[in-house]
Amino acid sequence: MTTDLRTEQAPQVRTGPTAPPRVTVRARLGSAFAMFRNRKSITGLVILGFFVLVAALADVLAPYSPTQVDHTARFEPPSAEHWLGTTHLGEDVLSQVIHGTRGVIVVGFLAAIMATIIAIVVGVVAGYLRGWRSESLSALTNVFLVIPGLPLIIIVASMFENPPLVLIAAVLGLTGWAWGARVLRAQTMSLRNRDFVQAARANGEPLWRIIGHEMLPNLMALIAASFVGTVTAAILGLTTLSYIGVIPVNTYNWGTILNWAGAQGAFRQNQWWWFLPPGLCIAAIGVALSLINFGIDEYVNPRLRSAGERARAMRKRGLDVNDPVTAVRTTTSAGDDA
Amino acid sequence: MTAVQPHPAEPSPTRDALEVGTTATTVARGRSRVPWRFLAGRAGFYLFTLWAAITINFFLPRMMKGDAVDQYLSRNRNVSPEAADALRSLLGLDTDKSLLQQYVDYWGLLLRGDLGVSLLHGLRPVTEVISQALPWTVGLVGFATVVSFAIGTIGGAVVGWRRGSRLDGLIPLTTFLSTIPYFWLGLLAIALFSVTLGWFPIGKAYGVGMTPEWSAEFVGQVIHHGTLPAATIVLASLGGWMLGMRNMMLTVLDEDYVMVAQAKGMPNRRVLWRYAARNAVLPQIQSFALSIGFIVGGTIVMEMVFSYPGVGKLLLDATNAKDYALMQGVFLVITLSVLVANVLADVAYAFLDPRTRQTEA
Amino acid sequence: MSDPLLSVRDFSVTYDVDPPVEAVKHVTLELRRGEILGLAGESGCGKTTLAYGVQRLLKAPAVITSGSVVFHDASGEDVDVHRLDAEQMRRFRWDKVSMVFQGAMNALNPVAPIGSQLEDVFEVHRPGMSRAQRREAVAELLEIVKVGRQRARSFPHELSGGMRQRVMIAMALALRPQLMVMDEPTTALDVLVQREILRQISQLRHEFGFTVVFITHDLPLLLEISDRIAIMREGEIVELATAEQIWTAPRDEYTKTLLSSFPRLTGERGVVAR
Repeated sequence: MTTDLRTEQAPQVRTGPTAPPRVTVRARLGSAFAMFRNRKSITGLVILGFFVLVAALADVLAPYSPTQVDHTARFEPPSAEHWLGTTHLGEDVLSQVIHGTRGVIVVGFLAAIMATIIAIVVGVVAGYLRGWRSESLSALTNVFLVIPGLPLIIIVASMFENPPLVLIAAVLGLTGWAWGARVLRAQTMSLRNRDFVQAARANGEPLWRIIGHEMLPNLMALIAASFVGTVTAAILGLTTLSYIGVIPVNTYNWGTILNWAGAQGAFRQNQWWWFLPPGLCIAAIGVALSLINFGIDEYVNPRLRSAGERARAMRKRGLDVNDPVTAVRTTTSAGDDA
Repeated sequence: MTAVQPHPAEPSPTRDALEVGTTATTVARGRSRVPWRFLAGRAGFYLFTLWAAITINFFLPRMMKGDAVDQYLSRNRNVSPEAADALRSLLGLDTDKSLLQQYVDYWGLLLRGDLGVSLLHGLRPVTEVISQALPWTVGLVGFATVVSFAIGTIGGAVVGWRRGSRLDGLIPLTTFLSTIPYFWLGLLAIALFSVTLGWFPIGKAYGVGMTPEWSAEFVGQVIHHGTLPAATIVLASLGGWMLGMRNMMLTVLDEDYVMVAQAKGMPNRRVLWRYAARNAVLPQIQSFALSIGFIVGGTIVMEMVFSYPGVGKLLLDATNAKDYALMQGVFLVITLSVLVANVLADVAYAFLDPRTRQTEA
Repeated sequence: MSDPLLSVRDFSVTYDVDPPVEAVKHVTLELRRGEILGLAGESGCGKTTLAYGVQRLLKAPAVITSGSVVFHDASGEDVDVHRLDAEQMRRFRWDKVSMVFQGAMNALNPVAPIGSQLEDVFEVHRPGMSRAQRREAVAELLEIVKVGRQRARSFPHELSGGMRQRVMIAMALALRPQLMVMDEPTTALDVLVQREILRQISQLRHEFGFTVVFITHDLPLLLEISDRIAIMREGEIVELATAEQIWTAPRDEYTKTLLSSFPRLTGERGVVAR
């Protein structure tokens, strides 16, 4: 058998019989990103991409500067000049919304990146190690999970006069890493006992390589889901804090717009053009991120994906997936039923 | 070869281990039905978390710039000396003592129930101010969360059971609702139901000029005022519960014991609730425990939107007025409540999942 | 002993997917009252599909595409299984025909005590019984299978593998069915426990007189315990004869291959040394 191998393969195979083909890291990462190849994820990514583009090209897209005041047009409903109407000062709502996208996207992603990095480090290390080290990291994670985040952020933010965006992102990230860490720890623990990891350890692979090359590609789906979830949480957190007014209102994001709208009584006076668009944008980004997460969920757990589709496909053939009794479709037996 | 002949008449000379039962099979009398070990472990964790929260609270003002707090104290000169001392300790101004001493004094204050006085509320003790607001929050949040959890879980079970039916459309709908920020949903609700339709009052827990008392009229007002906030919370959080339960149901429905139940001739309703949902709900309870912290966050905002006199609004007012003692006190109380709620959820889980109890052998 | 209990004629099951898969192809089989019929074959041969299919336990996309299954009840009545509607089927199940599944970790509801899982069979199928009667019936069942009546309040995870299997047997026995289909009941257990379980099954059969269909891939086991054996391959029965005949004079090539693939204790290859 070894002779066959030597004729087929180039003489790099010196050790023993058949060696399994070396799967490159890139190939493995490529298959790891297969989670994004379904309809839900793609839809979500497209919507998200749209917002990112708007944020990047805000200066170009917005018809006016957000602070530009038009004294003649105050509190005006949408018109040809102001597609989303104007605020109490005559500022163009559309421009404000467009510029507001930037703050939201930047803080959201920044916070999520920080949180995810912490989550990966803590979660994977906690899952890989054993004993008191793992337990104490887990306890740390749980503490951060239980301590209520929003009140903490409110208190911290209130102690600063004019917190820069990066600081806000950092605080949001520091309070939001715990969930991802917990999930990653559980998954790492189960991966650790799998054969390929045991084989790598027996082979003497260094720790960083085991974690980086063997485990991380398998954890990609969870990391992605956790990242997406944290972006959602960070965006919601940012807009909420801005609306409350804890974060000073000289930065632009959708939350601050709503803050001004509320302060000026827009809700009471039914000025829907002012308070609907920012909220709808938040919802739209939320939907996009949820779609991405749905897509990842279905990739990770194929049962979810096929359950509904299979049931519908069955229904087309006249079968009910939930029927506990097998259907009978014979031509000879009269009185077919179920 | 014929089938093995049984020997019903002759008892085996030595008692078969399988007849008496191995050590694993003899029942210990009085075996505990209460999962002590599990609960003790959880209790240990919660005590640790409480300690961590208090320590964080201790360090927070000491990490901030001291002058803001100094100004705050100097502005208010009607404070009694004891109260001023307490405030200094709480707010990290007693830098003349060693850090350890500060820590010990801080704990001393807490254990005496002294959280300082609230400058925003006329120098009343913080504990008094909070205890007035707390019942409103607990009532609103507790009620709304329980309702949301119940509807979401039951709905999720039904949607998961009837895979591929039109009910599947409920999932994206409720998920969409839960991605909308709480406060915006609340504001929309006010704009629609209070301003435009006039069905519900705009805010507060009861009408202006009424004093809290146990009368039918007062209770009626509370319900009337509380409907909109509660409904908003329920709508916004429904999606998460429903999605989680439905996903768990799909996993559970593939398990062997569900098939065995159907083979036994159990009617569908029994299989759905007693076999499938009963198992699928367990991870739900765990995630409920973990999400209580988030729920609290949402409620804070809700209270601000609806001017509901709970601890959330208290926190925000305190933040705006820079009433540091009140802020810290509220944070501590909120954390404590979250921990208590977690404990309750864990206890419920322990009793619902028999696998947490001590097993033999 | 020789009158028929279950008449299966020209029975076929197809999985209605793309492309459709015929799992059972035109099987004709007559099960005699009181016998033990072994159903043997390699994985995927259709033995499980056949056994589940005649009880209509298969879920979509499985469809019965031909044939008839008639159950000859002890009362003299003949039941055409294919003509039963869902409710009749539900009542037929467990009462006339029951199944013993592999009592592995998941066959029992993990959150309910085994007593209640046995009781609900009575609750659903014998609504006339009072609670005390049900309790007593459950206790009696547990005693019969030598698990012990005090175990009624135990949870599945507190029992060993062998005990869980006995509980499954007790559950199948509850309504004193006329036919018990056993799906690899001993495969997950160690050999000593296996032997005990098999002994128990034999004993119960002699006491209660039910017919058994025993599904397994372990042909030597069937040779020991069955009256007749049906060898299945790719959805068809290739040989159906008494155990003695299969052992001494197998006719089909596949049967011979199957027999020779089991190693002997003495080291020579093949159960059948030719």
